[in-house]
Amino acid sequence: MKRREFIGTLTALAVSPHISTTDPLVYSFTKGRAVQAGRIKLEIPPLAENGHSVAMTVTVDSPMTPSEHVRAVHLIAEKNPVRDMAVFYLGAHCPRAEVSSRIRLNGSQQVVAIAELSDGSFWSDAAYVEVREAACTDGG
Amino acid sequence: MKLIFLFVVLFSGAALAQNRSGLEFASEEVRRLQASDAENPGMLWVDQGAKLFAQKCASCHVSMKGVATRYPAVENGRIVTLEAKVRHKEAFAYESDELLALTAYIANQSRGMPIKVNPPAEKLDIGRKAYYSRRGQMNLACAHCHEQNWGKHLGAETLSQGQPNGYPAYRLEWQKMGSLERRIRACMFGLHAELPPYGSDTMLELELFLVWRANGLPIETPAVRR
Amino acid sequence: MALARIDLPQEARRGELVEVRIVIQHPMETGFRRAPQGERVPRNAIHSLVCRYLGIEVFRATLSTGIAANPFLRFFLRATESAELDFWWLDDDEVQGSAKARLNVT
Repeated sequence: MKRREFIGTLTALAVSPHISTTDPLVYSFTKGRAVQAGRIKLEIPPLAENGHSVAMTVTVDSPMTPSEHVRAVHLIAEKNPVRDMAVFYLGAHCPRAEVSSRIRLNGSQQVVAIAELSDGSFWSDAAYVEVREAACTDGG
Repeated sequence: MKLIFLFVVLFSGAALAQNRSGLEFASEEVRRLQASDAENPGMLWVDQGAKLFAQKCASCHVSMKGVATRYPAVENGRIVTLEAKVRHKEAFAYESDELLALTAYIANQSRGMPIKVNPPAEKLDIGRKAYYSRRGQMNLACAHCHEQNWGKHLGAETLSQGQPNGYPAYRLEWQKMGSLERRIRACMFGLHAELPPYGSDTMLELELFLVWRANGLPIETPAVRR
Repeated sequence: MALARIDLPQEARRGELVEVRIVIQHPMETGFRRAPQGERVPRNAIHSLVCRYLGIEVFRATLSTGIAANPFLRFFLRATESAELDFWWLDDDEVQGSAKARLNVT
């Protein structure tokens, strides 16, 4: 194994406290590069009355200049049947790395946001959301 | 029979000391969504309704302001809902996006205005009786939750008074807009009771009573509910 | 054609940060829901969305079923000239949608 590959493997083992870098979904865009905690903030209310629609805002601390900006933000659910939720592509033209949306959560779980910066580095944050069930069945 | 009579006597007239909108019992997320026209998904149906109204209704009807506050109404001895009036020209299917959009648009034109239905007293009798009658496998009446126990918890939810002033509403559980009749059926389903068909006499009588009970509450359409 | 509601400030000064909000009418069907008769409702969600302003892609998103029905997005752009914001999206059924809104820049 070449030294570069070896070092690459070592960095891959640098674990983000939020999600494993060998998680196939994470690996698909990080290609094994390190994911560190910080720079990105994921805001979701800790208690959601209903899993169908939960407010989410993700903000990345970045000057957003042509030389230093956020390329993309990946949103991953821990326990949804389809774990990849969204990728927001920002780029140099975006003046502020802040995106809001509404997500669906299939039960209480952790949501992870990973920012990809223009220098190729990856940063993560996570939020745990307690999702309540409806009191009565609806049946349409 | 005697028990129902006693119930009705005790609770006829204004049974609630004060009418409270479902918004008061809603979570912060739901309240936030309803407060913002830019974010309230129900506004999509209101927009669609505005377009449909311009296309199909504007040739005869001008302003719909205040109209929704008077429905359901009693015309020629029959209970008539807003849905029924909208369907007079074109029979849109119940719960179709078109019907929801038009009724949402019309009700939205009365947003903030208090409900003011004034049916003949005897027309309320059947609906009122239905409201206080036990039904379904759960063997509960509407009044058990929404009159005797509003404000208390059922599971993780807070029971509301079951007020209809925000309908058609965007319900998170449905992930779309829905009518009051749909909501009533959903409640009945929760009780494991028979679901009254859309537009049926049972439904109309209950609707009339529910809206009359809500007199004074401002229309909130498009409301957001869980 | 899916309806959308775009929210922009009435007007913005050149160089100012502008908050853009859009809600799109779309069920974002997960593929896990069952219809009244019991059959599965097939997956159909908006998977690609692009916003262009003055010929530049100012926002792009890959969405999935984890985004709530009637998807809502809020992002920022910098006002340069009066022009239209052009939204385009595509769902799993290969149905396109689009919406425009004018940004007035003083």
